[in-house]
Amino acid sequence: MAEDKKFTKIQELTYELKIKDVMTKKVVTVHPKKPISELREILYKKGISGTPVVSKGELVGLISIEDFIKCLAQGEMNALIEEKMAKKVETLYADEPVVHAVRKFDQYGFGRFPVIKRNNKKLVGIITKGDIIKGLLKKLEIDYHEEEIHRYRASHIFEDIIADNTTLTFQYNVVGKDFDKAGESASGLKRTLYRLGIQPNIVRRASIATYEAEMNIVVFTDGGKLTASVQPHQIKIDASDSGPGIPDVKQAMRPGFSTAPEWIRELGFGAGMGLLNIKNCTDKMTLDSKVGKGTHLEAVLYLN
Amino acid sequence: MTLNQAKEILEAKVITGLDNLETEVKIGCASDLMSDVLIFNKPESLLLTGLTNPQVVRTAEMADIKAICFVRGKTLDEKTIELAKDKNIILLMTHLPMFESCGRLYKKGLVGLGYLDINKKNG
Ligand SMILES: Nc1ncnc2c1ncn2[C@@H]1O[C@H](COP(=O)(O)OP(=O)(O)OP(=O)(O)O)[C@@H](O)[C@H]1O
Ligand SMILES: [Mg+2]
Repeated sequence: MAEDKKFTKIQELTYELKIKDVMTKKVVTVHPKKPISELREILYKKGISGTPVVSKGELVGLISIEDFIKCLAQGEMNALIEEKMAKKVETLYADEPVVHAVRKFDQYGFGRFPVIKRNNKKLVGIITKGDIIKGLLKKLEIDYHEEEIHRYRASHIFEDIIADNTTLTFQYNVVGKDFDKAGESASGLKRTLYRLGIQPNIVRRASIATYEAEMNIVVFTDGGKLTASVQPHQIKIDASDSGPGIPDVKQAMRPGFSTAPEWIRELGFGAGMGLLNIKNCTDKMTLDSKVGKGTHLEAVLYLN
Repeated sequence: MTLNQAKEILEAKVITGLDNLETEVKIGCASDLMSDVLIFNKPESLLLTGLTNPQVVRTAEMADIKAICFVRGKTLDEKTIELAKDKNIILLMTHLPMFESCGRLYKKGLVGLGYLDINKKNG
């Protein structure tokens, strides 16, 4: 593993976020034909140390508090801004990733960069190191809150439904022999159950049972269906396939019994523990199978 | 034990989850059999394994295992890393073999589950 591939979450976000996501959009600007004296108001009162010079929406330069002080010292308060401003300005594009800005701050040591549109020189914002930090922190918080919001909404669903009997059904199609996709159904169900506000240890048991059932469908059949029915008092998991079936169900349930092929064993499965594990993780389990027809597994977990 | 400590003890490299090394793990589990890991089923644990395919991360996800340390310095599947990032599972990698890794962690106080009755209900 190359060193440069070791990203932290923050580093990842600097690639994900665009400059337009974190920059300040309301920018105080000045016109090039105005005298330097007008800067006093802007720089002093607003407490900023430099401002873009804009004509007809386009960025033409940058004037800083240092430029202002120089003019003050030399009594040039009536000079025009365009005579004193820096004309060669380092800028960033709104659609660049934030990491470009981070590098530019490093490289130049400036306090701010004007942000312009890529196709014309239209000024659309300004970015400081503070904007970057604020933007990253906000994004971190949003990612966290989004999951919380999903969870909050879903966890109240039973309370909002008026009926004598309520069942939420979630169905997943499992593709046979596709080891890469294996586990996606169990993963989807796990997230869903968590969002419904079900107790973490019950979610974990249900997920493990579902994952084992899913793996069996992937490994031993050409595909099948997983269905979870959630009621206020229980979760029922159904795994059915029209695969080869199991000749001796009792034997299959025995710990250590497995007909898994070699390549599956190399991948860490085929210990012959899956069915037993499903039984141990759930409160009730039944397994029906007919050779040549298929297998149907049903497992129930009670929600106290 | 924090993952930072485990990392030091195992002389391990961090593959994903650099921001979360203060995470506490209470129990260790070492296996190359995923169904064994799933039977073990204890949250807040560290899994040591020699396998590197994405199902190892899936297994950890299902069992609420927070971190995986790959032993004997394998090369990792890009898919394994992607899935771990997506599921917020911390990945470490050590060059030490399995027995040595377990021994070092145990000596420093990371215990196992003790005797595990495979016929007992889980939960
Ligand atoms: N859906 C199925 N269709 C056909 N045979 C199955 C099915 N599920 C299980 N079996 C048979 O039952 C045996 C035991 O299954 P079990 O899940 O307990 O162990 P395993 O899948 O072989 O190994 P492990 O689950 O530990 O990775 C399997 O080896 C297989 O022969
Ligand atoms: Mg199995």
